[in-house]
Amino acid sequence: MATKVMMEALSPTMEEGRLAKWLKNEGDTVANGDVLAEVETDKAIMELVARGDGVLRKRLIGEDTTAPVGDLIGIIAGADEDISAMLAGAGGGDAGASEAKSNAKGEAKDAASDDAASAAAKPSSEGAAKPSEAEASSEAPANKADAPAAASATSAPSEKPAQSDADGRVLASPLARRMASEQGVSLSNVQGSGPGGRVVRRDIEAAASQAASAPASSAKAAASSSSTSANAGASAPAAAQAKPQGKPPAIPLAPSMQIDGDARDVPLTQMRKTIARRLSESIGPVPTFYLTAEFDTTTVASLRTQMASAGDAFKVSVNDIIMKATAVALAKHPECNAHWLGDSIRYHARVHLGMAVATDDGLIVPVIRDADTKGLGQIGREARELAGRARERKLKPEEYTGSTFSVSNLGMFGIDQFTAIINPPEVGILAIGSSETKPVWEDGAFVPKQRMRVTMSCDHRVIDGAVGARFLQTLKHLIENPFLMLY
Amino acid sequence: MAVITYREALNQALREEMARDDRVFLMGEEVAVYQGAYKVSKGLLQEFGEMRVVDTPITELGFAGVGVGAAMVGLRPIIEFMTWNFSLLALDQVVNAAAKMLYMTNGQFPMPMVFRGPNGSALQLAAQHSQAWESWLAHIPGLKVVVPGTPYDAKGLLKAAIRDDNPVCFLEGEMLYNTKGEVPDEEYVIPLGKADLKREGDHCSLITHGKMVLVALQAAEQLAKEGIQCDVVDLRTVRPMDVDAIVASVKKTNRAVVVEEGWEICGVGAQVVDYVQRNCFDYLDAPVLRVHQADTPMPYAKAIEKAAKPDVPKTIAAVKKVLYIDD
Repeated sequence: MATKVMMEALSPTMEEGRLAKWLKNEGDTVANGDVLAEVETDKAIMELVARGDGVLRKRLIGEDTTAPVGDLIGIIAGADEDISAMLAGAGGGDAGASEAKSNAKGEAKDAASDDAASAAAKPSSEGAAKPSEAEASSEAPANKADAPAAASATSAPSEKPAQSDADGRVLASPLARRMASEQGVSLSNVQGSGPGGRVVRRDIEAAASQAASAPASSAKAAASSSSTSANAGASAPAAAQAKPQGKPPAIPLAPSMQIDGDARDVPLTQMRKTIARRLSESIGPVPTFYLTAEFDTTTVASLRTQMASAGDAFKVSVNDIIMKATAVALAKHPECNAHWLGDSIRYHARVHLGMAVATDDGLIVPVIRDADTKGLGQIGREARELAGRARERKLKPEEYTGSTFSVSNLGMFGIDQFTAIINPPEVGILAIGSSETKPVWEDGAFVPKQRMRVTMSCDHRVIDGAVGARFLQTLKHLIENPFLMLY
Repeated sequence: MAVITYREALNQALREEMARDDRVFLMGEEVAVYQGAYKVSKGLLQEFGEMRVVDTPITELGFAGVGVGAAMVGLRPIIEFMTWNFSLLALDQVVNAAAKMLYMTNGQFPMPMVFRGPNGSALQLAAQHSQAWESWLAHIPGLKVVVPGTPYDAKGLLKAAIRDDNPVCFLEGEMLYNTKGEVPDEEYVIPLGKADLKREGDHCSLITHGKMVLVALQAAEQLAKEGIQCDVVDLRTVRPMDVDAIVASVKKTNRAVVVEEGWEICGVGAQVVDYVQRNCFDYLDAPVLRVHQADTPMPYAKAIEKAAKPDVPKTIAAVKKVLYIDD
C-alpha cells in the first residue's frame, strides 16, 4: 500500500512550505514517523514525517522548492509496487468535490436549525427554497439536462462560496463572468456546477433568479446590519466617555451566554450571515472596525512602584498588567473571546491570550494559555520566556497557536495610538499605546495623570460596536481599578 | 425538385459547366473510356469527345503539371485524382505551382483550375488510402478548399469552383457518392466561402464539413430527442472559412463542438477553435471540444477502424460534455 507524502500544514497559517532539506534519499527504507525532510513554514523550520512504512520511492520536489499545502511531494511504497498511477494523478481534483458536498450538508443543517433563530431569518430561508424548485423546471435542455441544474439550484447558490483553484481564483466560464458582471451577481457567492466547480451559465441564471425573488428579505437584513453599524458609531464614544473614576463603578455584567465545557459553537443566524457577507464585501475578508479609548494608568503606575518596592521578584511590567486585565475582561465577555469559523462562531470559555512579538524575521504571536487564571508573576515570566524563544525562532507550533484573542503593544516605541490587524480566526485584537503624563481636568483643576490609549480592532462579523464597547469599558475599569482583578 | 445522388450532382455540374464554357476540360486516370473510377464522369466522353475528357497515365505529378500549364495558357482544366491519397505525388504542382503562380508572376498567370476527387476514408481501405487532406491543403495561401457534404452543395459548389479564377481543391466524399438529396432542376451556383446552417438549435453549435455533416446531423437528431437542440454549421468551404457564420452561431449557443474527419493536430477544427476563442471569448460557457479521427494511421481491422473514426456517439458525448451533462 503506497503512502502519499504531502506538503502538510505544519503551522496553522501555512499555505505553502519550502522544502529546506530532504533527510531521506530515494530508495531509503522509511518507517511511519521517520523524519523525511525539513520544511520551512511561514513561522519556523519543521520536520515532515512519514505517514506510512515502505521505501521512499520518489521525491517529487527538490530542495529549496516551495509547494502549496496539500501537494504531493513524494511517494512511499513497497520496493516493487507500481506507483505510476499515483504519479500520474499528482494533482488530485476530488478534494473540491468532497468539500462541496460537506458544504451542502452544512447548509441543510443550518436551514433546519433556523427555527431557533430570529423571525427575520425565516423569510429568507423560505425564499431560498422556492426559486430553486422553479429554476429546476425552467432550465432549458429537457430530461437529463435538468438533473445538474436541479442539483445546483437546490444547493442555494447565493449562500455558498464558489469553488476556486489553488490560487484562490474563482473558476467560471467567460460567459458566466460576463453575465455575472452584467447582472450584478458576485461570482464568489455562486456555487459552480461545472467540472471542478466551474461557474457556468445555468449557475448565474439560478443565482440571478433567486436574487430577484428574495429581494425583500435581503433588503431587510441589509437594513438591520446597517442599523447595527450605526449603533457601533453611537455607542463607542459613549463607552469612551464613561464616567470619570471616583467611586468604583459597577463592572458591566457579561451577557447571559452560558458555555458548557471549553467552547460552544453557535450556527450563524441568517441575519448574522447577511451581516458577515455584506460587511466582508465592503471591507475585505475581515470587516474590521476600531474602538479607541483612553485609560488612566496612574493607579497602574503606583501599583508597579509598590510591587517593585516589595522586592525584585514582584517587578511587573505595564504590559503584564494589561495582559492580565485583558484576560480577566475576556473571561467576563466571552462574546469577544471567539473564533470566526465561516459558518459558525466559536465562543471560548478559556482565555488563551496571544501576545504579538517582533522578531528579526517578523511578527509572531506566542500564547499565554488560561491567562485569566494566572497571576501577574506567572504571566510576566511566561511572556518574557516566550518572547525570548520567539526571537530565537524556537517556538513550537503549540506555543503560537490556539490563541483566542491577542494584544499588540507598541507603547515602548512611544506610539500614542495605532490599530492592530486581527489574527484570524480570532475576532479582536488590542493595540496598546504608550503611557504618558497628561493634564486631566478633575474636580475643578488640571491634575497630572498617566494616560494610555487603547484601540480595539473588532471583526464586525462577530463583534458589533456596542459589544466591543462594553468589553473596552470593562477593561478600562480593570486597568483603572486593578484591585478588581483580585476579586 | 429531383432527388439525385451526390455522384449525379457532380456529373451534372461537370456537364453543365463544360457545355457552358468550352475552355473547361476534364483530365485524369480512367475519367474517359472507363467513365470514371467512381462514375462521376459518366457520359462525358460521349458528349464532349476525347479532346475535353482525357485519360492519363498513372502519373499524378505529370498530369497535374499539364493542368497547370493549360491554365497558364487560358484553359480551365479540371484535374481528377482517383483519390486525394494519390495527390501526394502531385502536391508540388498543387502547392508550389498552382497555388503560387498568380502571386509569383505578379498577376500575369491566373490559375482557373480545379483539382478534385474523393477524400477521406471509405471502409477498410487501410492506412494509406483512408486519409482526409483538407487541413493540409487549407494551410496553403493561394488555394481554395471546398468540401461539400450533400448533393445540393456538391453541384452548386463544383460549378462555382470551375468558374473561379483561383486553383480550387474540391474534396468529395467516397462514401457520399451514393447518398441522395434534393437538387433543383434550374441552374444554381453556391458561392465559395459561405457556410450553410443545416439545422438550427440554441444549445450547442456543431461545426463541421464534408462527410461529417451527415454525422453531425444524425447526432443532432438524436440529441433533439433528449431536448438538446443543436445548430449544425456546415462550413462547405474550409478555405476561405466563413468566420461570420461560426461566430453568429456560437454567440447564440455559447458552446461549440467541431466535428471533422481528419486528425486532431493542426486540423481544420483547430482553426475553427481559434476563430471561436478570438471572436466569442466572452460568450463561451464551456471549452470548445473537437471530434476527429484517432491520432493514428487508419487501422485496417473493421472494429478498430470503426473505433478510430469520428462518429455519432462521440459527437453526442462531446455535446453533452460542453452542456455539462454526463461529465
